[in-house]
Amino acid sequence: MTVAEAGLDAAALQESLTDLARREGVGQWDLGAACSTDLSVQVDRGEPRQLKGAQRSAVTVRAWDAEGRVGITSCTDLSPEGLALALRGAREASAFGDREDPPQLSCRATEPLEPLDRPLCELSPISRLLDTLLEAERQLLDRHKAITTVPYNGLAERRSMRVYVNSAGACRQQSASSASLYLYARAEQAGRRPRSAGAVRLAHGAADLDVQGCLDESAALTISHLDYAPITSGTYPCVFSPEAFLDLIGAFSNLFNARSVLDGVSLSTRESLGQSLAVPFLTVSDDPRHPLHLAAAAFDGEGTPTGRLPLIEAGVLRHFLHSEATARQFGVMPTGHGGLGAKASVSPDWFVVEAAAGGGAGDTSLNRDTASGVVWIDSLSALHAGVKASQGLFSLPFDGWLLQNGERRSIEAATVAGDIRTVLQSILALEGEPVLTPSGLAPHVWVEGLSITGEA
Amino acid sequence: MPICFADPSWRTRLEALLAAGTGAGADLVEVFLESGDRLSLLAEQERVTSVSPSFGSGAGIRVFRGSGSATRDGFVSTNNLSDAGLRQALDQALGMVGLDLSGSGGRPGFEGLPPLRDLGAGRGDGLARCPGVAEAAERLLDGTAQLQRHGRHVQARRGSYSRDWQEVLVAASDGTFHRDLRLHQTLGLSLLAADGDHRSSVARRFGSSDDPDDLRRWDAEATAQDLAASSASMLYAEVVEAGTYPVVLANRFGGVIFHEACGHLLETTQIERGTTPFADRLGQPIAHEALTAIDEGLSPGAFGSLAMDDEGLAPQRTVLIENGVLRAFLSDRAGELRTGHRRTGSGRRQSHAFPAASRMRNTFIAAGPHSPDDLIASIDRGLYCKVMGGGSVGPTGQFNFSVEEGYLIENGTLGKPVKGATLIGDAQTVMPRISMCANDLDLAAGFCGSVSGSIYVTVGQPHIKVDAITVGGR
Repeated sequence: MTVAEAGLDAAALQESLTDLARREGVGQWDLGAACSTDLSVQVDRGEPRQLKGAQRSAVTVRAWDAEGRVGITSCTDLSPEGLALALRGAREASAFGDREDPPQLSCRATEPLEPLDRPLCELSPISRLLDTLLEAERQLLDRHKAITTVPYNGLAERRSMRVYVNSAGACRQQSASSASLYLYARAEQAGRRPRSAGAVRLAHGAADLDVQGCLDESAALTISHLDYAPITSGTYPCVFSPEAFLDLIGAFSNLFNARSVLDGVSLSTRESLGQSLAVPFLTVSDDPRHPLHLAAAAFDGEGTPTGRLPLIEAGVLRHFLHSEATARQFGVMPTGHGGLGAKASVSPDWFVVEAAAGGGAGDTSLNRDTASGVVWIDSLSALHAGVKASQGLFSLPFDGWLLQNGERRSIEAATVAGDIRTVLQSILALEGEPVLTPSGLAPHVWVEGLSITGEA
Repeated sequence: MPICFADPSWRTRLEALLAAGTGAGADLVEVFLESGDRLSLLAEQERVTSVSPSFGSGAGIRVFRGSGSATRDGFVSTNNLSDAGLRQALDQALGMVGLDLSGSGGRPGFEGLPPLRDLGAGRGDGLARCPGVAEAAERLLDGTAQLQRHGRHVQARRGSYSRDWQEVLVAASDGTFHRDLRLHQTLGLSLLAADGDHRSSVARRFGSSDDPDDLRRWDAEATAQDLAASSASMLYAEVVEAGTYPVVLANRFGGVIFHEACGHLLETTQIERGTTPFADRLGQPIAHEALTAIDEGLSPGAFGSLAMDDEGLAPQRTVLIENGVLRAFLSDRAGELRTGHRRTGSGRRQSHAFPAASRMRNTFIAAGPHSPDDLIASIDRGLYCKVMGGGSVGPTGQFNFSVEEGYLIENGTLGKPVKGATLIGDAQTVMPRISMCANDLDLAAGFCGSVSGSIYVTVGQPHIKVDAITVGGR
């Protein structure tokens, strides 16, 4: 048990809050708390660059007043004094709570939880993390003479615990461990622009990380971008890597977000359910408990159990992601995607993109090994700036290759632009088996004509 | 949670901690203490839908060992400010550089801290002078009401406000012992309009430092009118045709181009990583001679201004580029140790959870001799970027940023509105192409996310002309 975890006990927190609430005259409340212990290392050309550790704690308390308005306060102090201040702050803030649509306790917060069978790993000594990363960097630098640095690298481990309790008797607790490795190499050749690429791996503990796979992928990608050429602007068929397509879906997740629908900032409306959103062979679900999802959460910020939710089935929009408040507005059950807030946010967790059952996978003749005149988009950049989620538009820099007779050549600085609704209706094929990425599972996705801007 | 780092008991506790660290063999130990009181509000349509207060405290302890480019450092943050919690964090940080508290043979030189330099003295009432929840809510609702009044095809209106009150103290074994009180406020207003399949989404954000009355002075109606005008222009705008154009970037947030394209590459963090092409270019031309660029932390009330940086150093006015020639880098403590560039008061961090790094403050391109109309008149066919969105720069120096509100330039005059533009390029190519600067320098508040978290910054420029840049679109 880490120092941070020692301070977090769901039953004890519930007892404390129950007592405090009674004294403060608060009849309904809930609390979310988390603590973590983190270790991370970065290296630079054979030397330790930065070693970091952190012990974090945070607690959020919501309190309802007699009129049903909710107030909220967050703090970093898990002591009885900190909890008392947080509860008092929440009670005082409830005077400014929304009267029309206040959140309530989730009706599913006291449901039994299906256990999440995930290993819990002890933190490694930081010296071991450092040695692992130094060796990975050394091997990566040795892969090609043009790879001169690995400017963005890191190996991190975390032990964490989160808790949700409320005045209706909910008492949830989850511990987790995770490790991550990223290696982004930079290559330089005389008279040429520097090129960069990288890879990421996740695991439950540092000892389980696929270090070799990470550096292999980072080296291969970086080397593949050395021989680059500008691309002529125009419209090209494109094939998105699993990660790039998942990034795009994630950036436009307001399509599935009930909060965004109710707020009028989604491309979807209440009436969109049951309508065609994509080609008929596409199915997209959010699957927070997928066995391959390493950071699976057993419950959301409101204590609602998580579970798989089909979003698009055979091209048809089937469900929205819900918090307690949005589910109540829609007359459905919360789906386990809510945050803990005065106005609870709604967010997706882990997407799975796959071929619809019995629907094929589109044009099976499409294959990157034989393609010509096709742009292979490997990774998208600057999604925070280049995506207009409420308008459906995107214009994004990307790294990728132009395929000619199956041969790939790296594309110099370029952007891809389009409309997500058009993209979803213009998918030509899902190529290959779904591939595991940090943000979900997806195959390579072929899309008909997208606008590519290059410098040729 | 009233923690006051001016309390004399902190001196004793910190001296013990610093003495333990140097006694164990560290060349330098730095403790950053932080206590925060934050409030955020969200108003949508005619309702305040979220009021979120928060408070917290923590410490970040950094230990340096060695010198020059071989300097090693360890950093540990904690929310536990007890003696035991701080000592445990110190021990862990020492362990990262091969030392431990039980070690001996350390430096005997640390003889205690000097008198506290209290930069927050006299400003302790800043929090109390800020608008309370009711007043802030009223101002936001005025903003969303003005949007309804002036907007057309209004689908959603939002106003947001956040206030960040922070007490910080920096104590280091080199004798740094400074305290500061910081107030940052930010206000945003956004408007989503829809007419059939046509949509526009426009927003404005303002920010200030050390100005409790900032929200009170906000002209909600003027902002709403500005947004309504932008929204009306962009609602039926067509997607820009991709290509390479001359562009004119408006003042204020247009300065994000320098921030992303060049500013980040002038941080010593980038020299340390080997990711800036300018590392060996000091004293050499790296931009058009029309361009002078400055980063400073001094402008009263500006979002990126500070009384001291997060390593206790006074902020400076740093001329980065003068008439196209590279004059200085932005440097923090680690940057100075590892690259030799003198510290510039630019060591910044989001919170105690991050070690400080060299970061920008208020960064802008200096005014030039032209009028904005001169710039537009000089272009036969190009793009006018009136409002910029966010951007980023990658490890190869490739930058990008989005254009929120753009207009074609045809035969020297502004034409129809266009949307969906993204500008991309790299600093070495684009900086020499900034050929004209107008005389209307203005600044805008923003947030910058990088190695030491998200920090408050200002970007700025006059209208500038870039002779050619790649515009992504359709």
